[in-house]
Amino acid sequence: MSVLSVRDLNVTYTTKGGDVPAVRGVSFDIEKGRVLGLAGESGCGKSTIAGAILRLHSPQTKIEGTVLLDGQDVLALSPGKLRAARWTGASIVFQGALHALNPVQRIGVQIAEAIRVHGMAGEREAFVRAGALVEQVGLPSRRIDDYPHELSGGQKQRVMIAMALACNPSLVIADEPTTALDVMVQAQVLQLLRSLQHDLGLAMLFITHDLSVLVEVSDDLAIMYAGRIVEEGPAERVFRSPVHPYTKALAAAFPEIGDVRFRGQPSGLGGDPPDPQLIPSGCPFHPRCAEVTEVCPTIDPELWRAGEGRTAACVHAEGAPVFEGVQR
Amino acid sequence: MTTTEPALADAPVAPPPGRLTPRKVRWLRRRRALGRFWRQYRASGMGMFGLVILTFFILMAIYSALGYGGSTNPIETLQNPTLEPPSLEFPLGTDNNGISVLSLVIKGSKTSLLVGLIASVISMVVGTLIGMAAGYRTGWADTILMFITNAFIVIPWLALAIVLAALLGQNLWIIIMIIGLTSWPGTARLVRAQVLSVKERTYVERSRALGGPGSHVVMKHILPNVMPVIFANTILTIAIAILSESALSFLGLGDPLNITWGTVIDQAFSKGAITIGAWWWLIAPSTCIVLVVLASTMIGFAFDEIVNPRIRER
Amino acid sequence: MGTQRYLLGKLAQVLLTLLFILAFNFFLFRLMPGDPVTLLVRQAGATLSAEQQDELRADLGLDKPMFPDQFLDYMGDTLTLNLGESTIIDPGRPVTEIFVERMGRSLILLMTSTIASIVLGMLMGIYGGWRRGGRFDNGSMVTSMILYSMPEYVLGIILLLLFSNVFQIFPTSGYIDQVADYTGIAYVADYVNHMMLPFWTLTLAYLGEFYLVMRSSLLDVMGEEFITLARAKGVREKYVLRRHAVRNAMLPTVTLIALSFAFVLGGAITVELVFTYPGVGLLSYDALQNRDFPVLQGTFLFFTLAVLIANLVADLTYGYLDPRVRTA
Repeated sequence: MSVLSVRDLNVTYTTKGGDVPAVRGVSFDIEKGRVLGLAGESGCGKSTIAGAILRLHSPQTKIEGTVLLDGQDVLALSPGKLRAARWTGASIVFQGALHALNPVQRIGVQIAEAIRVHGMAGEREAFVRAGALVEQVGLPSRRIDDYPHELSGGQKQRVMIAMALACNPSLVIADEPTTALDVMVQAQVLQLLRSLQHDLGLAMLFITHDLSVLVEVSDDLAIMYAGRIVEEGPAERVFRSPVHPYTKALAAAFPEIGDVRFRGQPSGLGGDPPDPQLIPSGCPFHPRCAEVTEVCPTIDPELWRAGEGRTAACVHAEGAPVFEGVQR
Repeated sequence: MTTTEPALADAPVAPPPGRLTPRKVRWLRRRRALGRFWRQYRASGMGMFGLVILTFFILMAIYSALGYGGSTNPIETLQNPTLEPPSLEFPLGTDNNGISVLSLVIKGSKTSLLVGLIASVISMVVGTLIGMAAGYRTGWADTILMFITNAFIVIPWLALAIVLAALLGQNLWIIIMIIGLTSWPGTARLVRAQVLSVKERTYVERSRALGGPGSHVVMKHILPNVMPVIFANTILTIAIAILSESALSFLGLGDPLNITWGTVIDQAFSKGAITIGAWWWLIAPSTCIVLVVLASTMIGFAFDEIVNPRIRER
Repeated sequence: MGTQRYLLGKLAQVLLTLLFILAFNFFLFRLMPGDPVTLLVRQAGATLSAEQQDELRADLGLDKPMFPDQFLDYMGDTLTLNLGESTIIDPGRPVTEIFVERMGRSLILLMTSTIASIVLGMLMGIYGGWRRGGRFDNGSMVTSMILYSMPEYVLGIILLLLFSNVFQIFPTSGYIDQVADYTGIAYVADYVNHMMLPFWTLTLAYLGEFYLVMRSSLLDVMGEEFITLARAKGVREKYVLRRHAVRNAMLPTVTLIALSFAFVLGGAITVELVFTYPGVGLLSYDALQNRDFPVLQGTFLFFTLAVLIANLVADLTYGYLDPRVRTA
């Protein structure tokens, strides 16, 4: 049984300006010990999914579908059971530890809070455990007496990771954990995450817009665009031989030094992601697509087979039905 | 990154005939920005309500300035009944001299609003100058200016105003000066904070790097960004100035030759309106003050929401 | 270490400001048009020959040069609490004596009403902000805005009309019943009875502002990421509110409340006048009417000192609440 099983997830924000469909029919699974990377530009809905898994959105936000965490449907849990499932079933490592930590509380208190809220230990022992967790992420245990402003960005991120592990979750959701850090620190934190994930056998959902990071960390990769998954498969294969034109553009935007493919001109992707309230007809990517055909604005692509264990929502996928005017 | 100019692609406007000079372009942008601002403002219920009320009183003041509103000369009202509760003939009742309270209110609106306006302009100008000086030139000038500003914030303004009024007299213009010169610290602090935050934005440095002289930097970049905040603050300053004037008048420090809402309340109170039970005499001018201040606060709120877009609706 | 430095810094600031204000006070009164002696003489309605006036001047130390002699005299006098003698209100009586009599009443009134105002305002603000848009919030917002727009004395007049004239519950003036000579509990009860209306006037007058400030701070804080994190950890809503939201929302609130102390004092003067409450506020009004400058100078000093101390308390409270200012 998968640790996380998401089926037909729809998340719609309600705002003064109307409904905003941020996530439209997303499905995926994460097995124990596997890392699923979720990539896409800002606004594609990936962070929304993170919030939806633990039901952290405001009550006005409409969420439909099924989210099975350790076999339980999170979306159907009573408030009490929901609170119990939070952090013990799945925890989140937030981005920009800038304001993700309470500035007026000591680190140790915040970590211990997670432990004590779930009744896993008494006060003294909770602090001892907090100290151990902090050591696990590479900081001396006495740091638990520090306030967040006394730590550097990288150190704060480590604390976030330590906190995420406090209740031995089955799933860790990393939401842009390295985005706000500079490159050197980024590498260290990634290394830490990888080793922890491996040692503890955690399932992980790694969310970022930085594709190059994902390739190093993930086992499987899912690319999101305009609230939908447009390509999915084993990480290495999706990155090396992308099928969906959007994935191709993303991959090309992150040149690797030494890789022959990137010699010559740097590439980029023109245009902007669509406004969720004004999603183009048919395939949402067609206005920016380099391989657009005449049928693209008219059909709604599904995740068709695009190779061994891979899918892509594009008419060019090998498993896609035959359309007029589309060459394969 | 935020800039002061809206995207040109915002609303389609046909270019005017003739050459499109940079000045014309700037003008077009500003007009468009104003239009957008007005549309946003109209959406705010509070803002519109405040605007309507304020306009009502401004019209009242103009009405009074033109000479209408009935007599407030006790000699002329000798035949009127004194201390009458509101009736059809005297909608707001009469005072101890038979003067219609409605006339008092109308007459008072002119000076009350005028004092509020002028005093707050003084306060705003002084505060802005000091705030900008402190914000722009960091170092010992800033420290000293800020120390003085903070010291003045500590001084309870009414205590200071009383002393000044006792020393300098009770002329209307002196009152205006007193109010203006005791309320600048708030504006100064606000302006300085804004200047500092604007300074941090890169394009000020860029302009400097390109060799623009000091004042050029100030006018072109800092001022346009500080103006909206100053403007929003001015509305609130007007409200405070009106409250201040009424307090001073209530303490008997008003100009005896000019009628303001504050002086009416003072008169009523001193002549024992409470014991007599002549509530209309007290409540009418009080309500005017409350309404004007309320209206200004609401307008200030609405302004603030537009100028400081904070996404609070989720 | 950092805490000590913060404390010392604040104390130094207070002392410096105090010195500045004393100097300011000195120069302010020397601005008097005309010379103090001629003024005195005119007020007393007496006629003195030029010689006698000179003698008087020497007596009062006015023949010495303004700076530094008079200035130092003044500083020395003030710091040893020699504030001169009243000229009109109670000729010859030391100002400090008059003060001691009245100070207690004003201080009790001011302190109780300020504390009540702050506490009530904050509690309401927290509740209103938490249940934003609810009936309590909307009702409170409207009430607060109206109260905020009302000059304190107008509120006093309204309360006076209602409760002394219409419903004759509370007395109209004074601080005790001068005729009946109560002692013990009856005295206290009478004292409180007389204080009720002015107390409620001052409390309600500033309640609105504190409500709005607290509510606004709370709303700002609730958008921060660490609030989401707390919920994600499985913390119950009421603890999220208490431990995370409120503790942080207090910070800007304390700062903004401190800024309003100067206005609270101003309100005290007018309110004491409305209720003929014989405290320092009414004293300053009397001194004003009679141009009794020594007393006026004294009341100015008193009010400024009060605000200064209140600000110090607020600063210290802030230092206690926010660990960021404490660390060097």
